[in-house]
Amino acid sequence: MRTHDLIVIGGGPAGLAAALSARRAGVQDVLILERDHVLGGILNQCIHNGFGLHTFKEELTGPEYAARFIAQVQEESIPYRLGATVISISREKCVTYVSREEGLVQVQAKALILAMGCRERPRGALNIPGSRPAGIFSAGTAQRLMNVEGYEVGKEVVILGSGDIGLIMARRMTLEGAKVKVVAELMPYSGGLKRNIVQCLDDFGIPLKLSHTVVEIHGKERLTGVTLAQVDENRRPIPGTEEYYACDTLLLSVGLLPENELTRALDVSMSRVTNGPEVDDRLQTDCEGVFACGNVLHVHDLVDYVSEEAALAGRNAAAYILSRQPAGSVVKITADSGVRYTVPQKLDPEHMADTVTVRFRVADVYRDRFVCVYCNGERIRRIKKRVLAPGEMEQVILKKSELPQPLQSLRICTEVE
Amino acid sequence: MRELTCIGCPLGCSLRVFEENGQLRVEGNTCPRGEAYAKNEVLCPKRTVTSTVAIHGGTVNRLSVRTQTDIPKDKIFACMEQIKAVSVEAPAAIGDVILPDVAGTGVALIATKDVKKK
Repeated sequence: MRTHDLIVIGGGPAGLAAALSARRAGVQDVLILERDHVLGGILNQCIHNGFGLHTFKEELTGPEYAARFIAQVQEESIPYRLGATVISISREKCVTYVSREEGLVQVQAKALILAMGCRERPRGALNIPGSRPAGIFSAGTAQRLMNVEGYEVGKEVVILGSGDIGLIMARRMTLEGAKVKVVAELMPYSGGLKRNIVQCLDDFGIPLKLSHTVVEIHGKERLTGVTLAQVDENRRPIPGTEEYYACDTLLLSVGLLPENELTRALDVSMSRVTNGPEVDDRLQTDCEGVFACGNVLHVHDLVDYVSEEAALAGRNAAAYILSRQPAGSVVKITADSGVRYTVPQKLDPEHMADTVTVRFRVADVYRDRFVCVYCNGERIRRIKKRVLAPGEMEQVILKKSELPQPLQSLRICTEVE
Repeated sequence: MRELTCIGCPLGCSLRVFEENGQLRVEGNTCPRGEAYAKNEVLCPKRTVTSTVAIHGGTVNRLSVRTQTDIPKDKIFACMEQIKAVSVEAPAAIGDVILPDVAGTGVALIATKDVKKK
């Protein structure tokens, strides 16, 4: 069987950054496996700008951001296989993939980095009643059809869900001459970034209806319209609030799901909140030598943070390969009182780096709250936040020097005054 | 009076801009960035336009493009009209000038993707 020191599964932003940092940390034998026929992942279809402000201190489009990393991977001569779909991985780090050129291949690695990204929540997961006409797309599918393949997706559009891809597509379709009639959001707040609401909806006078959802789909061959209704605090439609919108296209931007089918076979602990594997501060899963980063771990808002997280996974995978440090005992990071989850979920206080970035999301829109960190029951950090929103990922940076020894418990929460 | 939502940070302050004796006065902002944003949005709002143009003889059919810098917001649709009429021949590289002066803005339209010949 062919062997490699490190196999990175996925050649999107996470996989590219992880492979690069592992190589720069001294691992010569790295292989990237990518199922698409190009590297870059989802960035290839994200032709809008706004990427790279943290990483490159300039505002790039998705393809430009990807190209910067691809160029570095090529300069480092890191090998990659395109059109190579991984179909299984094992706890022993044996990877099986299929490709047109090579057929079915099994390779053995010393370490794995999971960087498979995420996919969109489909219509089937929403329980929208009505027929099944053409014209209903997930927002990302429409984005690919339009930006990569060059199709006109529709002329009269309703968008369900105010996630960033839906907002970006509202602007994109408007620029291409479509009429975007409304964006409906089930929740009382938007899941998208403020900047996108302003520049993609407000700029073009597209209304955003919060606490609204689609209650009926009309049309047989092609979509002819949808019925929206307002929902109550339990997200149930309120009778009498129905409103009909004629349209030929409905885009769904209703959430992203980390793509962890491969991960599940490893039988590692998974987070029910993130739908990704649970990891320690080295971004290592329960299975020693298997690391995870990017949207397969938890869905990010900004690619810059994906690159940063992936670089950490790459460095740690390199450290694992080169010295095989055994993991010490870990302390669980508890998330509660408004903090829905943290990544990492566990911390090894003895072997942790000088600083560890803990990323998290909150459960609701909060104003004037504190983000607090408790160690062994004592509060060590209290950070004032004027606003916290589920759509904006937050972070606290823990310093090794400020943590009590021995650390028995670690808790991150929000508090009111 | 104009109402705006500040994009400076996740707070998203609701801003109101008043014109008084030729001066702009901003209300609702909680920091200086909000005031600067509001004034700029009223005086000369600008945006980067991104889209795609047809490319022939390449490994893909669409070449993604953007305006090299921000252009005045009221030129967005004029810019799109010109973009729709353009088609280029492969190869193309990031930064290639597709149109030297889009919609009379003095700003170039540039490629944001490398496309090889088929």
